[in-house]
Amino acid sequence: MTEPVIQVEGLYKNYGAVEALRGVSFEVHEGELFGLLGPNGAGKTTTIEILEGLRTQDRGSVRVCGLDPQKNPVEMKHVVGAALQSTSLPDKMRVEETLEMFAHFYRDHRDPKELLKRFQLEEKRNAFYNQLSGGQKQRLALALALVNNPRMIFLDEPTAGLDPQVRREIYDTLEELKKEKKTILLTTHYIEEAERLCDRVAVVDYGRVMALGTPRELKQRSAGTTRIEVRLSQPSADGALNHLDGVTDCRKLEETYLLHSSKPTQTIVALVKHLEAQGVELQGLEMFSPSLEDVFLELTGRRLRE
Amino acid sequence: MVNQTWTLSMMRIKLALRSRTFLFFSMAMPLGFLFGYVIFFGRGNAMAVPYLLGAILALSVMGAFWGLSMQLVMFREQGILRRFHLAPIGPGAMLASSIISNYFLVFPTVILEFLICRFVFHMPTWGNLWAVFLLVSIGAATFSAMGLIVASVTNDMQETTVINNIIWSLFLFLSGVTIPVAFMPGWVQKVTLFLPATYLATGLEGAMLHAASFSEVLEVTVALAVSLIVAFEVSRRLFRWEPEEKIRGKAKLWAIAALIPFLLLGGWELTRGHLLQEINHQFQIINQRAAAAPHPTANRR
Repeated sequence: MTEPVIQVEGLYKNYGAVEALRGVSFEVHEGELFGLLGPNGAGKTTTIEILEGLRTQDRGSVRVCGLDPQKNPVEMKHVVGAALQSTSLPDKMRVEETLEMFAHFYRDHRDPKELLKRFQLEEKRNAFYNQLSGGQKQRLALALALVNNPRMIFLDEPTAGLDPQVRREIYDTLEELKKEKKTILLTTHYIEEAERLCDRVAVVDYGRVMALGTPRELKQRSAGTTRIEVRLSQPSADGALNHLDGVTDCRKLEETYLLHSSKPTQTIVALVKHLEAQGVELQGLEMFSPSLEDVFLELTGRRLRE
Repeated sequence: MVNQTWTLSMMRIKLALRSRTFLFFSMAMPLGFLFGYVIFFGRGNAMAVPYLLGAILALSVMGAFWGLSMQLVMFREQGILRRFHLAPIGPGAMLASSIISNYFLVFPTVILEFLICRFVFHMPTWGNLWAVFLLVSIGAATFSAMGLIVASVTNDMQETTVINNIIWSLFLFLSGVTIPVAFMPGWVQKVTLFLPATYLATGLEGAMLHAASFSEVLEVTVALAVSLIVAFEVSRRLFRWEPEEKIRGKAKLWAIAALIPFLLLGGWELTRGHLLQEINHQFQIINQRAAAAPHPTANRR
């Protein structure tokens, strides 16, 4: 079996009194699109920045393409491409000259014109960086991540804050890169991004990997149950909803009751009867098929975007 | 690394030329000073122009101190350096690009100043152009490196601006480029001996006024070169890519290392040297020449 492109073992990192990473371990294999899924502050960016060589870990070992980012930073950066969570470039740099300049830094590089075309930046080739929209800036950041034709690509929240149209375009680009068998490590807090794009996902929270597997494997862990979210006019009696037909788990999150049910139709019928008997009004009801959100919720007891 | 440094230097030259602030402070302002000096201090007397040009050249070269070091701090604060850190380039290439780009940005101003003095103000001499070239070259590189050391030991733009202003004021008012050292009280004259700017200004004034030879500017050239090497190495070691990486108080003391050659040179000049006599002598020469030369308005009568 070939050596993994990324090996992370027992990674610890503290920022003063804050424990950002508490023993993160995982591997990423050649040609895989691997996702780190978790809420803000979970430790995703710290992990990816240690792998990129931007930060040092307090403890633990890291190998990227067989290299230690701290001991062989230059060699590693020649084979790795990266887009930061927030890329900043000088305001008065033009798009094409930015790509050309970064291309010059590497031994091997792609044709900047090809990248302009691929990322639909041809019309903006002579525009200054400060004249680009948020989506165009992000496309340029992605183009820069590919400028050295990297073996491994790091993308830190590549679609955060972008409108749905631009997000879809970036998904298409990432799917193309997958077809090219590029190895990609992506951080995200978007469930749909992880489900749609990632071959494997590590669910991260409070600096720990809570679960790791393919999206399908992870969803199976939620026992294939349907999530029913219910809002009531007044609190339900303790444990009453737990005993409804089909309910396997019930918890309260702020004003919403989250019921996991193996027989959703029967659960809803039973719920309505129960509320009628108790004189409680149903203010809202939503049903969700099993998703990584449920996995996260089960593992951490909170939502991804809290 | 050479290729990367050159690429970065070209990028920084382009950015500087696209910045109105840079064009104003590095090009328009020295030219404004030149016209002001010749018209108000020289009163249009061509014999005074070489001496005044020496001071203006020193001013233009010292301007490299501000130059691109501020840009580097701004890049760090805005997170721009982080993006460069993802590429296989090191602090050495980034710092060297500041020095190289400053060097190439200083020369057009210097050449323009020479041409204006010669053809507009009828300067009677070119001075020793080789000595001027040597001093401008080493001066531009050294003062850039001194700016870099300030950028390396400060944590934000505000702090950098305050420290740069203090150092710049010392350079400006105690080096002889704005107020002739000969006018200063004795104890202030002694203080000026510890400033690199004084040596640069005196060297350039000598090269212009009496075509000082290579050997006459050798002492200042060596001191500037040593300062350049020390300042570059200290800046490289203290270089930070990340905006949140703050430098500790003790590490800031490393900045003083760049001044060691001038502290030694100042000590030597104070006890055994003759720089102050030379400065006063140069000033007497220019006064005598100016007094002996016919006033330009007299020629027209």
